Amino acid sequence: MKKDSRAITCENVWKTFRLHTGQKLLRQHLAAWFGFGEEPSNQFHALKGVSFDVAAGEGLAIIGSNGAGKSTLLSVVVGLTQPDKGTVKVDGRVAALLELGSGFHPDLTGTENVYLNAALLGFNKHQTKAMYEEVVDFAGVRDFIDEPLRTYSSGMMLRLAFSVAVNVDPDVLIIDEILAVGDADFQTKCRERILGFRRAGKTFLCVSHAKAALMELCDRAVWLDHGEMMMCDRIDSVFEAYEGRGAVPKRSAE
Amino acid sequence: MWRGDYLFLLKNLILKDFRVRYRNMSLGMLWSLLNPLVMLVVWNFVFTKIFTNPIQHFALFILCGIVPFNFFAVAWSCGTTSLVDSAGLIKRVPIPREIVPIASVLSNCLHLAIQMGLLLIFVLASGVGVNVYWFFLPLIWALELVFVCGMALLFSAFNVYVRDTRYFVESSNLVLFWLVPIFYPFSLVPQRFKDLYQFNPIAALILAMRDIVLEAKAPSHTLLIKLTLVAFLALGVGLLGFRRLKPRFYDYL
Repeated sequence: MKKDSRAITCENVWKTFRLHTGQKLLRQHLAAWFGFGEEPSNQFHALKGVSFDVAAGEGLAIIGSNGAGKSTLLSVVVGLTQPDKGTVKVDGRVAALLELGSGFHPDLTGTENVYLNAALLGFNKHQTKAMYEEVVDFAGVRDFIDEPLRTYSSGMMLRLAFSVAVNVDPDVLIIDEILAVGDADFQTKCRERILGFRRAGKTFLCVSHAKAALMELCDRAVWLDHGEMMMCDRIDSVFEAYEGRGAVPKRSAE
Repeated sequence: MWRGDYLFLLKNLILKDFRVRYRNMSLGMLWSLLNPLVMLVVWNFVFTKIFTNPIQHFALFILCGIVPFNFFAVAWSCGTTSLVDSAGLIKRVPIPREIVPIASVLSNCLHLAIQMGLLLIFVLASGVGVNVYWFFLPLIWALELVFVCGMALLFSAFNVYVRDTRYFVESSNLVLFWLVPIFYPFSLVPQRFKDLYQFNPIAALILAMRDIVLEAKAPSHTLLIKLTLVAFLALGVGLLGFRRLKPRFYDYL
């Protein structure tokens, strides 16, 4: 395998959702299995031929309006779902915060959730023990660490989740939107941590609507609109175009 | 794509399952004991006081049937709903998906251990005693686990696409309850159905349990071979079916 400096490569990625459920779905699958199936008609294209790559140590922002396919794109990169067409390649350990509280259980204590999450991210017992203190300190939730997670505020939950994700020492950190629930202090702490992380040659991928934070943390941006990639360029020029929407000619999928 | 410590993950998922299950209960794990005990008293009353029967150690006889059946029924239906119940995990964390139904099946093992403890107490109290063939028990239980894991993999995957799979499983369990020899001895089953019974892993398990616990003899070779065949066949079909179905889990959860 050739070792290059690209951490993430997406090539002509298509993702299509079929909107059938229940009975219709069963009928359609049975038909397909027994060979007299027709092509399902009710489809929704969430991503239409998106291509970009991210170099190791780079920060990439994904912007676009609601429903543009940003979160679907992250899911494909993280490997939660396969693209219908095209290829995705990611090098190294990935830690993703795609939704507040995913992988956490409200009835488990903070400590138990830290262990569960470290395991979900691929850590073993030894590694988890070694980083535990650091996680709790960074999150600043030591007083509540033995309480069930359902007693936490969403800000505290974010602190713990972010803290686990950065402490499993990933090569690629992926965050979807959730940083917004942290308070100003913690957001500053996160920004410093992410910048330090990038200086160490790690890759950062982020979906957000907070322009100021993105401008600080990322060098490049991808602009998605209805599943199509409108632009992939330096972050300031992408934001310029994004904010003056309509001025840019719509680029069709490659 | 996920490279991590499978065992540590499995352990944490299992721990999560029964911490969540027992933490908010006042009686906690006692339920695992109380539930079969209450049923046992009721059945014992019905089948010794209302209908009389010639079976010796009737409570033990039933226990040998109900413990394996309960384990199978609960593990199969928990396993079936496991993917849908953990939709948050499946949609947001890139862990190998197979581990979710398997953890769900394995987290019922504590339950099983407690009920086997109950069985052991009955064995000692009724004066039947433990014999050397008890060494077969871990083997047949392991085969049972293999079988349930296969079933859970397959049906949990179906359940993602067609949510009434769980009701099919629940109904099947009700039917199965009467089609395995829990209340009646295998010897009463007509000859032409007997071979069929031995291919039903739950029935085979119960027969093996009774041979070991009540008759103090080793389970027959043909029964063990059939049990092994069916268990690994189920696991194979389960894994293959799961692999075929998992690429679209994300879309339907």
